[in-house]
Amino acid sequence: MYPSRFRYEAPHSLDEAISLLHNGGDYAKVLAGGQSLVPLMKLRFASPELVVDINNVPGLTYHRTDPDGTLRIGALCRHADLEQSDLLPGNQPTMAAAAPLIADPIVRNRGTLVGSLCHADPQGDWASVVLSLGGSVVAQGPGGRRSIPLAEFVTGPFQNVLEPDEIAVEAVIPPAKGVRAGGYLKLERRVGDFATVGVAVSLETSAGSVTRAGIALTGVGGATIAATEAAQSLVGQPLSPQSIAQAADLAAAAARPRTDHRGSAEYKRHMVRTFVERLLSRAHGEADEKAERAA
Amino acid sequence: MTMVYDDLGGDEATSAVPMRRIRFTINGAKKIAEVEPRLLLSHLIRRGVGLTGTHMGCDTTNCGACTVLVDGKAVKSCTMLAVQADGREVETVEGLATASELHPLQEGFKQEHGLQCGFCTPGMMMAAKALLARNPDPTEEDVRWALSGNLCRCTGYQNIVKSVLWAAAKLRAE
Repeated sequence: MYPSRFRYEAPHSLDEAISLLHNGGDYAKVLAGGQSLVPLMKLRFASPELVVDINNVPGLTYHRTDPDGTLRIGALCRHADLEQSDLLPGNQPTMAAAAPLIADPIVRNRGTLVGSLCHADPQGDWASVVLSLGGSVVAQGPGGRRSIPLAEFVTGPFQNVLEPDEIAVEAVIPPAKGVRAGGYLKLERRVGDFATVGVAVSLETSAGSVTRAGIALTGVGGATIAATEAAQSLVGQPLSPQSIAQAADLAAAAARPRTDHRGSAEYKRHMVRTFVERLLSRAHGEADEKAERAA
Repeated sequence: MTMVYDDLGGDEATSAVPMRRIRFTINGAKKIAEVEPRLLLSHLIRRGVGLTGTHMGCDTTNCGACTVLVDGKAVKSCTMLAVQADGREVETVEGLATASELHPLQEGFKQEHGLQCGFCTPGMMMAAKALLARNPDPTEEDVRWALSGNLCRCTGYQNIVKSVLWAAAKLRAE
C-alpha cells in the first residue's frame, strides 16, 4: 500500500517546522514516530498535502523531571525510552506500568507519547494515563507557546485543539503533592492489539489519606473517559475495602462500552470494575506495607 | 532507483512527482537513491535495493515480517518512509551471514527447527538481533517479550524462542 502523494519536509528547527506548517496550505501533518500516521496514510484515511517530519529537530527526545517534580516528555521521546527509563519506576507508577503495554516492542522503538496524545485515538493508552495524572500538552506556534490540559486538548475521536500551524512539543505531568500510587491495566487479545479495556488509576496520598485521585478508562467509549465521580469518591479518606468497592462501581457506571468483536458491553463494564478494584487494592496493600516498614 | 508512473498528459504529471535524493547504508554498503516521499522503507529495500529477504506480511504494522534494524533499532519497515532512512544505517536479514558462514541466529533457526514456512523468519531474526545486541543473556521470557511484535502464522513460536536462546548461547561462547 502507498500513501497518496504528498510534499515532504524535514526541517532542523522548531521555528522552521512551524513556518512550514504556517505556509503549508490547508492540510499538513506533523510526523514524529509515524506509527499511527503512516498506517492511516497508507489506508488513505489521511491524505495530507504536506508532511513535516520533525525527527531531525534536535532537543526533543528528552523526558526529565524539574526540581519541583514536574515531569516533561519531549515530542520525540519514544515509548521505548519511557519503558527503559530509570526516572519513572517509583516516581510515576501509572506511567511505568503503561509504557510496556503500548503497542508492541518494535512499534515502541518509533512511536512517541506526545504523538499518541495528538492522534487522540479513543483506544489510546497514554491518553488515559496522562488524563488520570492531570497532565497537559504544550503547543508551540508562530505566536509562542501555550499549555493545554489534556481534558481540553482532545475534542473528539482523532481530533485535538491544535491550530494548523502549532506543534505539540511536550507533555507535562504536574508534580505530586503527596506520595504517588497507582498503575495501568490493559486487557488485550494479544500484544499490539488495541485495549479491550484499559484502566489508569493515579493516586496521591498524604499521611495515609488520599489527597488526589484520577481514574481514566480506555476502549470503553467514543473517547477516553475520565471517571471523575469515582476518583472524587476516594479523596479525603484512607483507602478501605468499602471505598475501593464504591469507586469501582462508580467507574463501571461511567464506562460507555459497546459490544464488538473484542467482547460484550457487559463484559467490558465488568472488567472496568475488576481493574479499578485490582489497582486500588494493590495501592492499598502497598500503603499498608510502607506503614508497617515505617513502624 | 527507477520508478514508473502513469503519464496523465501535459507537464503536470512529471512536475507533480516530488523526488528526493537520499544517502543511506544498507548492510554496510553505501547507497544513493532518488525516492518519492511516499515510498516506504520496505519498498526501497525490496524493489530499490533488490533485497527481497525483508518480507511484506500485513502491511499494517501488525505482523513484524518487514522488521529491519535502523541505526541498530528494530523497526517495521512498512511503517517508515524511505526518505526517513536518509543518513541512517539499515540492516536486513541479508546482512547476517558472511560469504562462508551463517550467523548464529540463522544457525539457531536451523538447529532448533525455528522455521516452518519461513515467511516470518527474517523479521524474527532481526528483532532477535536487536535483543541480543542489548541483552546477550536473555531469559526465555525476555525472548518472548522481544518477539511479541512478530507474528508466526505457522504458530511455531516454541521453536523460534529456542532458536534465539541457542543463538544467544553460541554468541556468548564466541
